[in-house]
Amino acid sequence: MVTEIKAGSRTDKSGNSVLRGGAASFFLSPATIIIIIFLVIPAFWTIYLGITNYRLTGFSAVDPEIIGLENFKRALSDPAFFNSLKVTFIFTIGSAILGQAVLGFFLAWILFGLSKRIRSTVEIIVIAAWMVPSSVVSFLWIAFLNGDVGTLNAILGSQTRWLIEYPLESIIVFNIWRGTAFSMLLFAAAVASIPKSHLEVARVAGASRGQQLRTIVLPAIRPYILTDILLITLWTFNDFGPYLITSGGPGQETELLAIFVYNNALRFLDFGYASSIAAIMLLINLILSLIVITTGRKRSK
Amino acid sequence: MKNPFRADMEKSSSERITSALFVVIVSLFFLLPIAWLFLAPFDGQPTYRLKLSDPSFNNFREMSQNPYAYRSLLNSAIFSAGTGLVIILIGAPAAYVLSRVKFKGRDVFLYFLLLFSSVVSGSAAMVPLFLLALRFNILDTYHGVIFILAGGLLPAAIFILKDFTDSLPRSYEESAKIFGASSYRILKDIVAPVIRPGLAVIFVWAFVQSWGNFLIPFIIIRDINKQPAAVMMYSFYTEAGDAVIRTVAAFGFLYTIPVLLMYFYVNRKYGFRFYGGIKG
Repeated sequence: MVTEIKAGSRTDKSGNSVLRGGAASFFLSPATIIIIIFLVIPAFWTIYLGITNYRLTGFSAVDPEIIGLENFKRALSDPAFFNSLKVTFIFTIGSAILGQAVLGFFLAWILFGLSKRIRSTVEIIVIAAWMVPSSVVSFLWIAFLNGDVGTLNAILGSQTRWLIEYPLESIIVFNIWRGTAFSMLLFAAAVASIPKSHLEVARVAGASRGQQLRTIVLPAIRPYILTDILLITLWTFNDFGPYLITSGGPGQETELLAIFVYNNALRFLDFGYASSIAAIMLLINLILSLIVITTGRKRSK
Repeated sequence: MKNPFRADMEKSSSERITSALFVVIVSLFFLLPIAWLFLAPFDGQPTYRLKLSDPSFNNFREMSQNPYAYRSLLNSAIFSAGTGLVIILIGAPAAYVLSRVKFKGRDVFLYFLLLFSSVVSGSAAMVPLFLLALRFNILDTYHGVIFILAGGLLPAAIFILKDFTDSLPRSYEESAKIFGASSYRILKDIVAPVIRPGLAVIFVWAFVQSWGNFLIPFIIIRDINKQPAAVMMYSFYTEAGDAVIRTVAAFGFLYTIPVLLMYFYVNRKYGFRFYGGIKG
């Protein structure tokens, strides 16, 4: 990652830069150092720890040994890991792709056809859910879903203990509520970028809103759909937020991978095993990121 | 015979009703869970129920009795302002160089910056971040949390600031250089003033991201005197029973208000929306 800087050299096309090479590297190095220490090193350290038996207590705390792929073999025979993988998968598909992306798109599309006043009012409400700090929204949802007097039960006239009986469904709906703002804003920008004349022509030709949607809007914003889905999938896959509502329970019913790593590392102090799971997460993040970056580049060409 | 215009109008009015219904239902879905935050703090007898009976400020009075409540809000301010400052001081010069100087390997640098920032999440890297803090003796310190948060936010900040700088014309800097101004003077008198709105937006963005961050202080800070509001709020509702619901309501309200105010201020002044960033 260390890059040689040759500002004033002949390769510099602008030739007119205010900064010479020395000053340029002086400007760039603090950021590079911070990023190496707190982003690059942790990534490789995670992978290294994943092949050790490092624990914070006991013998291996003093002298961690490299045990190769033992941790990964252990993961493959650990039902708790597979449960966590499954929970994370359902949570990500349900709340990010089926939830945030679909709801965010329909919000953007329908608000696009309404007056500016209504649009900005609804946008503010949706964005507020996104802005409020996570420990506050978590408590708000504990109250909202409360079995005795929670608002949801008051509306439905029921006494359902949502977080006990439907924990995974609850955090999926919670996360749709929490994160739809991003997709809505992204799709609002995408829909606004479609040339007005295209929609006009379709309307004059008698196309309904549904037909306009299928024939003009969806094809025009396809690249944005892909970007949106990849980004929210990446974030949701790494989400630790539901820990603040359910702590991963009841049992392990909402133990997302991030929570699984946290429990193994900082509760059971089994850093080696936790890191091997985190390394698997990094690998999945890498694949998703490479797709995001590659498709993003193709589009900008 | 049906008038085709008539049919078109009927269709559009039924579509209009569907739209209105959709907007109302979705608005209620987003509004109802958050409504508690604006009613319960002022309720004389707050419970989990959504209501406002016997309005008073007693909840805030009771919250003030808790010695850690205001302390933790102050800690959050220190973490967030500290992170914002580090991001500006370190990120702005880097973004400027990346925008203005075409050095060899710049594209590779940007590529890896983008890649690492999206691959390494707080939850996947929590073990080494904890161990780093342990080894460097920055567990339970303000600067420990500030640097870890800054490390996570820096790449996005650099990209946003670089885009912003790219959009500014180079001609001022170039003519000042032709007239023989020193690099220092150009940066101070020409670059700094035009880049300032970008810095303000990035500062607020970093502040808001750090203000809400739970995971990093949760694993780095053990000392209750240094805990930020994010973790304190969680302790308030997990470690005691229904008894502290007054404190939770009042504290949650005070903790949330600055974020909403900052967002609307920046949105009004710069038309800026908060995109991305690390979550959780």
